[in-house]
Amino acid sequence: MRKILLLLLSFGLVTAIIYGTLKSNELEKPHILILKEKYSKREYKKEADHSKFEILNQDFPNPREITKACEYCHNLTAHEIMKSNHFNWERVEYVKDRGIVFIGKKNAINNFCIAAQGNEKACAKCHVGLGLDEKGNLFTDPTNIDCMICHDNTETYMKASERGGEPEKSLDFKNIIHNVGKPKRSNCGVCHFFGGGGNNVKHGDLESIQFEATRDIDVHMAIDGVNMHCIDCHKTKEHNIFGKLYSLSSMNRERISCEECHTNTPHNDDIINEHTLKVSCQACHIPIYAKANATMIYWDWSTAGKLKNGEPYIEKDAEGNKTYMSTKGSFKWGKNLKPDYIWFNGTASHYLIGDKIKDPKSPLFLNTLHGSYKDDDSKIIPVKIHTAKQPYDPVNNILIQPKLYSEEKGSGAFWKDFDWIKASEMGMREHGMPFSGKVGFIETKMYWPLNHMVSPKEKAVRCEECHTRNNSRIANLRDFYIPGRDYSPLVDRIGRLLIVFTILLVFVHGSGRIVANHIRRRRTR
Amino acid sequence: MKKRVLIYKGFERFWHWMQAILIFFLIFTGFEIHGSYTFLGFKDAVKYHNLAAYLFLLLTMFAIFWHLTTGEYKQYIPTLKNIKAQLDFYLFGIFKNAPHPTKKTLLSKLNPLQRITYFGLKIILIPTSIISGILYMMYRYPTRHGIEAINIDSLEIIAIIHTASAFLMVTFIIMHLYLITTGDTITSNLKAMLTGYEEIEDDKLHPEIK
Repeated sequence: MRKILLLLLSFGLVTAIIYGTLKSNELEKPHILILKEKYSKREYKKEADHSKFEILNQDFPNPREITKACEYCHNLTAHEIMKSNHFNWERVEYVKDRGIVFIGKKNAINNFCIAAQGNEKACAKCHVGLGLDEKGNLFTDPTNIDCMICHDNTETYMKASERGGEPEKSLDFKNIIHNVGKPKRSNCGVCHFFGGGGNNVKHGDLESIQFEATRDIDVHMAIDGVNMHCIDCHKTKEHNIFGKLYSLSSMNRERISCEECHTNTPHNDDIINEHTLKVSCQACHIPIYAKANATMIYWDWSTAGKLKNGEPYIEKDAEGNKTYMSTKGSFKWGKNLKPDYIWFNGTASHYLIGDKIKDPKSPLFLNTLHGSYKDDDSKIIPVKIHTAKQPYDPVNNILIQPKLYSEEKGSGAFWKDFDWIKASEMGMREHGMPFSGKVGFIETKMYWPLNHMVSPKEKAVRCEECHTRNNSRIANLRDFYIPGRDYSPLVDRIGRLLIVFTILLVFVHGSGRIVANHIRRRRTR
Repeated sequence: MKKRVLIYKGFERFWHWMQAILIFFLIFTGFEIHGSYTFLGFKDAVKYHNLAAYLFLLLTMFAIFWHLTTGEYKQYIPTLKNIKAQLDFYLFGIFKNAPHPTKKTLLSKLNPLQRITYFGLKIILIPTSIISGILYMMYRYPTRHGIEAINIDSLEIIAIIHTASAFLMVTFIIMHLYLITTGDTITSNLKAMLTGYEEIEDDKLHPEIK
């Protein structure tokens, strides 16, 4: 009797444990449905009809007058934007081994047009102010804020080329200022989709297709899906926009994450939820990037400057991507690319102008993203790695920032005179940097974390794309053990030998018995 | 004179065959997770491997209970007695159609070599598999908020031990399958494990009474 009771008791206990482990909470409403409901109801309601304001019903001879008119009512917001990185092009950051520094377009070097400094007049086309001078000085008068670049909802506002951030003169300003509102995709996209001098050159996951994306391209921004706008995720506090990229940022702050909406256990499968501790959402849910248009993966400045009949020229491939420009050098492009994967804890360091290059023979990373398996804050993230060949001073061992843009020939600007020595001398002098007179070329690399172009869940990376011995997506991350990819070669070899040896033994012993049996039978016959 | 005797009781046979099925399945799915081949796909292999592991754990608990309550565990206590004779039989006697040096009885179903092998299997190999397997399943990535002392930094050692015991288990199974054929006739051992009955020399049924 006691035995039966004990048996029943242990059986009941074990069943309870198994039930508790295996059951999933199907009763709760799936979180994703709540999110879908939220964004299907959303609409942007305007708080005021700007065409009714008398102050906006006049002809404005100068865009600064428009800013003044905006500030007449919005008289407390001007100073906010002047504190933001969109206006200042730099942030105060604490960087390991460097301390507290200002980092921004003024002192960082990138893998594309190298740097903004010395070329402000052209680069200011993507500045939220109406003026930057040639020295990069901001006009600190609040009337130089450009409200329209972000708040125009007519999609007609446009800045003029190479005019320091001034708008085109021919625009219908009255229509624009009567139709201002929260930034739309077009307001952000006009700069952020075209960084690096063309569509999708820089990011790979942010490009003009996202003005009107389908679900296959981007589940969040899809017009046939939840149709989210940039600012649905990139929330703004006092004109400071959250979510940033580590081309220039260094600290783990003001980031936005998938988890804010999706929680960190969004799957029904506990084993997959467990992954979220070390694997970012993006790593599995952005299986490919540059889905619609190619993104630039290689930029070789060293070939720039070739001329045909004394004139600069451009070559394009079959898809219309530029493969050579006399002004910029050679390019390589990629479409439907598999990301690279790295550990990342939210902090980065940057090569800043004047930093010594330790080893010119190996590639120089312009932004180093920190992280490792052992680091509790690190997750595996997908990145685009862009490679370039850039001019550097082989004597002083620093990257050169050449003078590129100028309005007329003979000023030494590379895009007019095509002379590396002169352009380097000019550029470095403007920075107050030494220049030895020699120009070499060095390979530089840059990480571009991928956060957009999230694919529908059916297309997420499958288990066996990482958990495999051959061509694992994370084949380069070797500081930890994952099943399916890793094994002990010694244990595997010994194990296999043992099995082979046992089979042989069985075979020999077995045939021995058969032969012996056979001989015995013959004898008895 | 020979007599048909129930040598493997109902639970014993159920336990043996369930264990056989589960171990085959665990090995099959396990080596897929290990990366040796692709059949079910990694995700399903993990899912079914874990499910089978829970069933195996359950079965093992019942088996331990059964062994302890019935005293059958005594069958597995290793002995050095007759071990040389048993070795001699497998190395030489079996080719000369010599009789088994040790007789199966109800109180001593296992020959000395079997005793040592099964003892190793039950005390070392299966516990190693189970413990490393539980750690493998319960393994959580090291986190800041975990209890430092029980944080496991890496899956590597756990996984390698689990793999090594799987290789040993495969080796055991190959030997085991072959040794089935070394009974009185080629199939007598298999039949006994299926039906429970085996023909045993009558006078050897209760040797201690004799």
